[in-house]
Amino acid sequence: MKIHEYQAKEILRQYNVAVPEGSVGTSADEAERIATELGGKVVVKAQIHAGGRGKGGGVKLATNPTVAREAASAILGMQLITHQTGPEGQKVKQVLVEKASDIEHEFYLGITLDRAQSKLVVMASKEGGVEIEEVAAETPEKILRETVDPGVGLLPFQATRIAFGLGFKGKQVRQAAGFILNLYKAFIGADCSIAEINPLVTTADGQVLALDAKINFDANALFRQPNLAELRDLDEEDELEVEASKFDLNYIKLDGNIGCMVNGAGLAMATMDIIKLSGAEPANFLDVGGGASAETVENGFRILLSDPNVKAILINIFGGIVRCDRVAEGVIQARKNIEVNVPLVVRLAGTNADVAAEMLEKSDMDFSVGHGLKDAAEKCASAIQ
Amino acid sequence: MSVLVDENTKVFVQAITGREGSFHTKQMIEYGTQVVGGATPGKGGQDFEGVPVFNTVAEGVEATGANVSIIFVPPPFAADAIMEAADAGLELIVCITEGIPEADMVKAYHYIKSRDTRLIGPNCPGIITPGQCKIGIMPGFIHQPGRVGIISRSGTLTYETVGQLSDRGLGQSTAIGIGGDPIIGTRFVDALALFKDDPETDAVVMIGEIGGTAEEEAAAYVKEHYDKPVIGFIAGRTAPPGRRMGHAGAIISGGKGTADDKMAAMKDAGIHVCESPAEIGETVEKALG
Repeated sequence: MKIHEYQAKEILRQYNVAVPEGSVGTSADEAERIATELGGKVVVKAQIHAGGRGKGGGVKLATNPTVAREAASAILGMQLITHQTGPEGQKVKQVLVEKASDIEHEFYLGITLDRAQSKLVVMASKEGGVEIEEVAAETPEKILRETVDPGVGLLPFQATRIAFGLGFKGKQVRQAAGFILNLYKAFIGADCSIAEINPLVTTADGQVLALDAKINFDANALFRQPNLAELRDLDEEDELEVEASKFDLNYIKLDGNIGCMVNGAGLAMATMDIIKLSGAEPANFLDVGGGASAETVENGFRILLSDPNVKAILINIFGGIVRCDRVAEGVIQARKNIEVNVPLVVRLAGTNADVAAEMLEKSDMDFSVGHGLKDAAEKCASAIQ
Repeated sequence: MSVLVDENTKVFVQAITGREGSFHTKQMIEYGTQVVGGATPGKGGQDFEGVPVFNTVAEGVEATGANVSIIFVPPPFAADAIMEAADAGLELIVCITEGIPEADMVKAYHYIKSRDTRLIGPNCPGIITPGQCKIGIMPGFIHQPGRVGIISRSGTLTYETVGQLSDRGLGQSTAIGIGGDPIIGTRFVDALALFKDDPETDAVVMIGEIGGTAEEEAAAYVKEHYDKPVIGFIAGRTAPPGRRMGHAGAIISGGKGTADDKMAAMKDAGIHVCESPAEIGETVEKALG
């Protein structure tokens, strides 16, 4: 789960990770008021989940409250387009107004899981402000790494080693090491899956600050983080994906025109792949999970058909615990309740596939049977020719 | 022969009286698996389908001589269940549970590393040696005993693979669902090492997907150590970057973990890579000659 920058900074503050003073507003009036309270120069920052906001015109420096007001009114309501939003951009509804920092140097600091070791790793680089992936690809030797021993957690000497490695001197070494240790505490305390401070800055007056912060949470741990679930911003997510999540359907919208409904994540991806190999494009990823009932199938149909790009639907179920006759029942039921006005190809294999095929054939439904994965995908592709 | 489990395996079920646990315990017994005991805290002394239920795993293992456990414990308590099984001295732990917090799995993973045990999963369908022992939630009837080993990160895609093999009369020695999470107990390389030394496995199918670098590590291992044919498929060539495709571990992040990279590494290692998921059975048949 993703959150906004201002929310990430509030969490960091709770763990004593230094962030610039500031708060969030939804109007130009509010932005002006916050700027007045802060005094001096401020930065007005668009709050959307996507990165690259500065380049898209979503971050403005303001020398006084009146300029902050103008900046906020220009940013609020704009469709902010960045390399992560797609061409349609994302509407800005909130701005973060922060005290501007007199930056001396920018660094990168991040914590995430190293899958190869099954341990957390703290990464840091002197090259702040740029994407860490770029640094990793071009100059991997510039990335400092400290692997966390799960038994004891991140140790002070490791944080200090990073601080020295980044070139900190004098009193700032302790300050930076403390910052890193507190960020680690925040990571563990809030069940993060990634915590990135990019850039981490030193200011002319000697502070070590998180100028920007990106935090994602481990969705599997939300049950024990009740406060975090409230930070979810549904406006930042695809409407159909939000709708699907209400029915516990795992749906991701894509750009193609063959809608697909599959049980199991791996088979769902493989189904998308074979649609592409057959010369068409998948419209979505949809895993109906292990308990595909009549209701699940009906909800799945509703989601798929809400996407105007969908020109044909492929249902691919390999029955294990899910019985194919139940799925067939769901398909028949759904067709009675909703108008499915695009060609439908059904491929059922595994538990009770024969019974299911018979049921579907006896119904007066208009659909084609896919014999195996390849045949099913090809029938879909040719249906939209 | 087979790897890890066979007709002599004695299985212990953690959360045996829960909805999932009870359903699949019946299915496993029906398949012929020796289910010797189960645990549900507070229900010790009862029995389920003739299987004795214990309060703790240690107690149950002591009384029944179980050597493998299967876990259906809900996500908040599943990592603890893994560690309890390891502490009780079980040699193999199969964790079916999906949705265990990453931080919990980091702890459980390293806890079991320091003990003489092996974990399969979590977030997996389990392991089956056809005709002998099914420890998991897979449909038993699609399998046939035979000489092809299967290692897979995905549940239903394993069934698809098994289906394609069985349709061609190619049976399976053992099929291992290693799981779709970022932290799993047995990775491709570990499972490949087991099949390498199994005289009754002639070929191995590995079904990977986007995310992480486990397939690349497996490819390097195969290149170095393998003389049996390995057949591979990677799901998710059409998956967009930055999105989790159902499985917690199936995500392309920072340009890493793409299907194309994995397929290239596998081809380079001499693995027979299937471009299409419909060609797995056919490719195995050809590779076996």
